[in-house]
Amino acid sequence: MEEKKRSVINQPVRKKDAMALLCGKPVYVDDVTPDDCLIVKVLHSPHAHAWIEDINTDIAMKVPGIEAIYTYKDVPQQRFTMAGQTFPEPSPYDRLIMDRRMRFVGDAAAIVAGQNEKAVDKALRLIKVKYQVLEPVLDFHKAKDGAVLVHPEENWKALCDVGADNRRNLCAAGVDEEGDVEKVFGECDLVLENTFHTKANQQAMMETFRTYTCIDPYGRLHVISSTQIVFHVRRILANALGIPKSMIRVSKPRVGGGFGAKQTCVTEVFPAFVTWKTKKAAKLIFTRQESMTAGSPRHEMEIQVKLGAMKDGTIRAIDLYTLSNTGAYGEHGPTTVGLSGHKSIPLYNHNLEAFRFHYDVVYTNMQAAGAYRGYGATQGIFALESTVNELASRLGMDPVAIREKNMVKEGQAVPSYYGEVMNACALDRCMARARDMFGWDKKPLAQDMGNGKVRAKGVALAMQGSGISGVDVGSATIKLNDDGFYALSIGAADMGTGCDTSLAQIAAECLECSVDNIVVYGADSDSSPYDSGSYASSTTYVTGKAVEKACVELKNRMCVIAAEMLACSAEDLVFDGNMVRTADESKSVSLAQIADRSMNGSSDAVQVTVSHSSPVSPPPFMVGMVELEVDKETGSVDLLDYVAVVDCGTPINSNLAKVQTEGGLAQGIGMALYEDVTYNDRGRIREDSFMQYKIPTRLDVCRLRVDFESSYEKTGPFGAKSIGEIVINTPAPAIAHAIYNATGVWHRELPITPEKILMGSVK
Amino acid sequence: MQIELWINEKKVNADIAPDMLLIDFLRNQGCSSVKRGCETANCGLCTVFMDEKPVLSCSVLAARAAGHRVVTLEGLQEEAQDFGAYIADQGAEQCGFCNPGFMMNAIAMFRENPDPTEEEIREYLAGNLCRCSGYEGQMRGIQSYLAYKREKGERK
Repeated sequence: MEEKKRSVINQPVRKKDAMALLCGKPVYVDDVTPDDCLIVKVLHSPHAHAWIEDINTDIAMKVPGIEAIYTYKDVPQQRFTMAGQTFPEPSPYDRLIMDRRMRFVGDAAAIVAGQNEKAVDKALRLIKVKYQVLEPVLDFHKAKDGAVLVHPEENWKALCDVGADNRRNLCAAGVDEEGDVEKVFGECDLVLENTFHTKANQQAMMETFRTYTCIDPYGRLHVISSTQIVFHVRRILANALGIPKSMIRVSKPRVGGGFGAKQTCVTEVFPAFVTWKTKKAAKLIFTRQESMTAGSPRHEMEIQVKLGAMKDGTIRAIDLYTLSNTGAYGEHGPTTVGLSGHKSIPLYNHNLEAFRFHYDVVYTNMQAAGAYRGYGATQGIFALESTVNELASRLGMDPVAIREKNMVKEGQAVPSYYGEVMNACALDRCMARARDMFGWDKKPLAQDMGNGKVRAKGVALAMQGSGISGVDVGSATIKLNDDGFYALSIGAADMGTGCDTSLAQIAAECLECSVDNIVVYGADSDSSPYDSGSYASSTTYVTGKAVEKACVELKNRMCVIAAEMLACSAEDLVFDGNMVRTADESKSVSLAQIADRSMNGSSDAVQVTVSHSSPVSPPPFMVGMVELEVDKETGSVDLLDYVAVVDCGTPINSNLAKVQTEGGLAQGIGMALYEDVTYNDRGRIREDSFMQYKIPTRLDVCRLRVDFESSYEKTGPFGAKSIGEIVINTPAPAIAHAIYNATGVWHRELPITPEKILMGSVK
Repeated sequence: MQIELWINEKKVNADIAPDMLLIDFLRNQGCSSVKRGCETANCGLCTVFMDEKPVLSCSVLAARAAGHRVVTLEGLQEEAQDFGAYIADQGAEQCGFCNPGFMMNAIAMFRENPDPTEEEIREYLAGNLCRCSGYEGQMRGIQSYLAYKREKGERK
């Protein structure tokens, strides 16, 4: 009897590039591109808001080795957005490569290209800029309808109706509601109202932003960049440079982390402009300081939550208002804000009678924000989950019980989530499992340890989406090669997440072969099939489904060729992964024979390309529980235990899903406790290096215990939803909850530093 | 200025600028495993050995390495394969950009302390930042590597 084939889905398959990465092989932008190219650097504005009265580059140009210096005078005057989004982008077209108006400390005033770094550094110092310093908008509460406009220019434009108005400093505004919230609040026993504040956190991926550009043998601009979005970069550069998209090729080597940062075209435009002008190869590598001051961090948000409930804990109405700070430019401004409500309110769908979610996204003279894992959901969930914890505390109810009473359940239609039906939701099982793993019922909310420390526990729920419904496109090309191996080509970007491997697992499962029998290539705008890119938790769910569909089609095609070779009907054939045989097993051909045939006198390609888009975005769900100790003398927090149980549908790669979760938790812990972004009164960021912006070390992260409770999402590949983003969402509210239980003080602004805890206790 | 040193057991003579950093010199010499993650000696990505001691090559002048023996991950491929497989089996390499510095420092730890406790591991590697993994997968990989080493030792 034939042995049943072992599934490669939900297996800990080793990442295809793992050993190359661990052995330090040259695989990243700076490793794979030549050094003998122009070194490009940007002169950044020292002012938060200024007008360039005069810029003199004559002396700087005399530095030996300087090839070119460009200013606002040299660049095209068509505005564009650097946000990597599907066209037409919701982000307003508010950028020039360089503008005469400086809109934040770090804005680009000049580009210098030269033969070596020293010459370029010297030239940067010798550029004489006369700035007319203008009053900046540094308080995002005062931005809307304020006297100072960040984008007064006439040619600013919004392609989509997102409520944007540059004459009001508005990047977006809107409202979504169902039912009469005010009426329901009037009927509630208890209405809680609080304001929360989250900061412009840095993604802090280990590889900073970087791009190499050159002219290819066909006279086209070849961009090799550390990016999540090769196709969007092509469009953005075409818009920025004012050249046809056909003249641009964008490819990515290995990417040293992204977390959304590289969903914005942060560095690409500068060397691309230099190369297009000079026809010489160029490279720009942002320093860590540049990455933290002229990058694309999380949107700072202030969120007002109003929650109405009954004495028995029934949550009946939620009103959530978000004020989001997009900074100097609107990248991802209109879209991130949406998640603060649309991916928090649905968690409490069960008894919800009415909700209102309204928002403003404002321009300020601060660093432009962008996409960072969680994309607004993180901020909204911190606010709403903290409020629910406060409700439990006010009512004297168990915070787990109050959630079990109100949380969204499988099969429900969710008005606050575009009316989507939750076909796969194991949130209840996640809660039960987390409660068990953590020992929730055995531990008190807080316990004085008698040694100056108080031990306490906290809990939070989270959700996210799986791709952007009706927008994201994933594609896969799969082809059979001689020897019978397959080549899978994708436009999604593996940025360390391992999607090259997890997508190969999906292909291997469909084609009943080993993962090693599938080689993966991506991503290159010239040769990859179109993909929106790797963001919005879309790759496994959207591109993965495209891979599945492509493989099914390829299998059919192979059977048609086999039928011709075996002189029988394709319907009579059985595909077993190695051979195609007749049902009675009398005749068979191997994949290698089919491949050989396709390469010899054949007019049939054994290659299939399939695109996929989903009309829904099924949410993954999660429960996080934390145990920590607060030192009453110093206010310092020690994490002791973190339990996370995730419903990401079917995990495709059990190791990678687990490490995604652990990594997201660590980032969330950093956001909750350490990672601060503050500005001085002149608009300069204080925390602009790893010296001041403290991401967690391995001494800061406690034991993380991760488990999965899988639902089966029928629209995803083998039941999968997403995992990439949701995992950052529980630490901030769970930790804030535990700190409240320990100290009796709610902290509604992140990060919750020892100073804040201590000062809170003094009050 | 002229310097002479050993890089991965090979003698190298080079003419360098006096202010050149060791990290840039090593990358110029083809040791592209050496990565820069910050400019403030915080991330640990640029860790190399100088006379068998781990140092941050972003904070050492190339001139200081004159006459010394410098080893990068290019010179430790066998150990990297051996230990790296255990990290790979956890999926903890992730984006990989911090891996060379982490591998170097982990190898230094194994040489210095062949049987470290969990606390000692966290302490020794505290200067090696990783933004992807949350460190837990790295810890599991280290522990299973140590278990394999112990088992191998016992069998001998």
